[in-house]
Amino acid sequence: MSRISKSFGPVEVLADVNLDLYPGEVHILAGENGAGKSTLMKILGGVHTDYSGKIKIEGKETDFKSVQDATEAGVSIIHQELSLIGSLNVAENIFLGKEKSSYQWLDKSHMVEYSKGILKNFGLDIDPKRAVDEFPIGIQQMIEIAKALAFNAKIIVMDEPTSALTEPEVKKLFKIIDQLKEQGCSIVYITHKMEEIYSIADRITVLRDGEYIGTETAGNLPCEKLIQWMVGRELSQQFPRHTPHIGNVRLQANNIFVPAASTNPAPRVGNVSFSVKAGEILSIAGLQGSGNSELLNGIFGTYGKDTKGSVEIDGEKYKIDSPSKSIQRGLALLTNDRKSNGLVMDLSIIKNSTLACLPCYSRCFWLRPADERKAAKETTESLKLKAESLNQEVDSLSGGNQQKVVMAKWMQTNPKVLLLDEPTRGVDIGAKHEIYELMNQWTKDGIAIVLITSEMPELLAMSDRIMVMHRGKVTAQFSREEATQEKVLSAALGKRKPA
Amino acid sequence: MTSPTIRALGALIIVFVIGLIFNADGAFLKWGTHRDMLRAVSVYGLLACGMTLVIITGGIDLSVGSILGISAVSFSLFCIHFSWPFYIAIIACLLIGLACGAASGLIISRFNIQPFIATLAMMVFARGLAKWMSGGQKISTAVQQADGTYKYVPVPDVFNFINSKILWNNISVVTIIFLICLLVSAVLLIKLRPGRYIYAIGGNEEAARLSGVPVNAVKILTYAMSGLFCAVAGICQASQELQGDPEAGFTYELSAIAMVVIGGTSLRGGRGGIWLTLLGVLTIGYLEKILSINAVGEDKRLMLTGAIIVAAVLLQKTKK
Repeated sequence: MSRISKSFGPVEVLADVNLDLYPGEVHILAGENGAGKSTLMKILGGVHTDYSGKIKIEGKETDFKSVQDATEAGVSIIHQELSLIGSLNVAENIFLGKEKSSYQWLDKSHMVEYSKGILKNFGLDIDPKRAVDEFPIGIQQMIEIAKALAFNAKIIVMDEPTSALTEPEVKKLFKIIDQLKEQGCSIVYITHKMEEIYSIADRITVLRDGEYIGTETAGNLPCEKLIQWMVGRELSQQFPRHTPHIGNVRLQANNIFVPAASTNPAPRVGNVSFSVKAGEILSIAGLQGSGNSELLNGIFGTYGKDTKGSVEIDGEKYKIDSPSKSIQRGLALLTNDRKSNGLVMDLSIIKNSTLACLPCYSRCFWLRPADERKAAKETTESLKLKAESLNQEVDSLSGGNQQKVVMAKWMQTNPKVLLLDEPTRGVDIGAKHEIYELMNQWTKDGIAIVLITSEMPELLAMSDRIMVMHRGKVTAQFSREEATQEKVLSAALGKRKPA
Repeated sequence: MTSPTIRALGALIIVFVIGLIFNADGAFLKWGTHRDMLRAVSVYGLLACGMTLVIITGGIDLSVGSILGISAVSFSLFCIHFSWPFYIAIIACLLIGLACGAASGLIISRFNIQPFIATLAMMVFARGLAKWMSGGQKISTAVQQADGTYKYVPVPDVFNFINSKILWNNISVVTIIFLICLLVSAVLLIKLRPGRYIYAIGGNEEAARLSGVPVNAVKILTYAMSGLFCAVAGICQASQELQGDPEAGFTYELSAIAMVVIGGTSLRGGRGGIWLTLLGVLTIGYLEKILSINAVGEDKRLMLTGAIIVAAVLLQKTKK
């Protein structure tokens, strides 16, 4: 792949990226969240078809129009999320879209036998006639891999394949990878785990902010240098973090435990404790799957009483219950995906902004539209929200303005603690700066902020303290002065800070 | 909100103009025709009121016809056999409807069961209950005596009143009842807090929950309101038929859904309104009336109604 570029609207996510693969090698694709790894692989896999640049496979230039084209050319992608159909059996999943049949009459026995053979190659002695969802997640992940490799793939992309696997299963996978190398397959491997990189890598390519940084053999790229490549940007952007006015402890979270989701056997958050003071910004850093977002959701009550542990706000201790109780106690959560769980897109700016505090604007059950309008006007003006009319549906607003509607909603609840999960995601530069200024204003007013951001410069510049998580556990804590990009990233990759 | 309103109004006007053209020798031009049309759609319209609330939350209520059946049977039983005062009979029926709806809502929200399944179960259960209460018989004014003979009792006054026309014979009482319930739904949806929550839940349930909206309580309330309107419809139906038929309301849920959808309320939830449903009710009402005064047979009437539903929904879709 050479000089690959790709834009989503005005945002360029890949700029002149190169990637070459030799037969029989494991090629690690490294980079932080949002570096462009997944986008590059989606281009290779025929998911994104509008890009510039060239892809050649075995010297032949290709132009994939669909995922089917890519599969036929020998490119097979194992996605991070399982793409199996749980109710179908193993053989049916492996052959999905490639069924063996004569005149539409399925040749079931052939498919079952063939599947059995493939699975055996992977050391999986399971009955291919059983439904996929009868198996534990680890096995399902192996079936997914078997499915990807069943039909003579030459190039195999594995996007964090081990995130749901246990230690012995990972070993098994690595053994399979060795076999595939011997057969001459090229493997692109994406991972956020340092120890995996060095146990299987032949060569490593690093992307950063959509740009190609370099390719080097694993031996010539020691850990420190790799991290430098991944983060090595200048901290040039101006961030307006003023001196904080730190007060008393506002939020104290004790032993927060979020149990496993159905797709992954490991608990999402395992006994994490932390505290934030009034006027302070605490950042919780971590790569994908670190559990930082789940930690905030757990504290807020998104998972209800499934979340174990206790929370104190201004010294008042309570058990985690539900979002509505959390809001009454002074918490507010800005989720990382405003479209799917932050806003009601069909409703107007006013109606969205008053949703969390509707009892404030109604007497008994009667709504008072004039009060709602007044409150919405005040909060949106203080947030400098730009809209033609407050009756506009939020669907028609820009990302930055939508985010401000979410913020307006939470400002109306007078929160003591703001949990901000990626507040600047999908927001243009100008609006980002305004959001930073708002965060300063809020801390000045005595609000405690817990921030998650995958943008390293933002993280370093805006936080007073940084806590780093890896796979549901805290691996390091830094003060504002101690923290560097390298330290934070190596903790996020699972290296514990020496005590 | 203007654009779906204009579309629904457009559909109604088209149907109305067709009526003016095919006026069956002037029958369509007489007020009596319109009065009778309104009387005929009132029971369906009552069901459509509740259905609108439910559909805006993103749900569906298949049990409306059966709850109507229970209500019709109970009302006849209470008034004719038990000779209860009419107001106690009415309150008892309303409570039964409310309870059935609330039960659906509870199953849906508390146990997280799809509205389609939960209300399907309620549809079957409530029909069974109606048959059990009535012993499988129509509850009419012919009351069986201890010796096995039938004695006709006079029709209760409340039946006659609900079945009458007021304002110098110009409008049916059932139509007035429908309009009152329409107004109640409108106030709930537009003026009251739970109404806002109904839209928020239909638009994005997770965002609503994370904003502290009491999602479960609002859902229970919504289905309970639907049950309440069904009970009102059952009382009207019993009064019109002068008896409580345990089969009353059979397949009415489909007509109610059709009226809501033709009005332009989206089955996805979050969008729509009660006034749109009024337009949908009138569109179907006029369509049926025009076809019947022109002596179009039931076979062709049903086929045309099916085609109209598709056409109306296609019209709504063009925007997206």
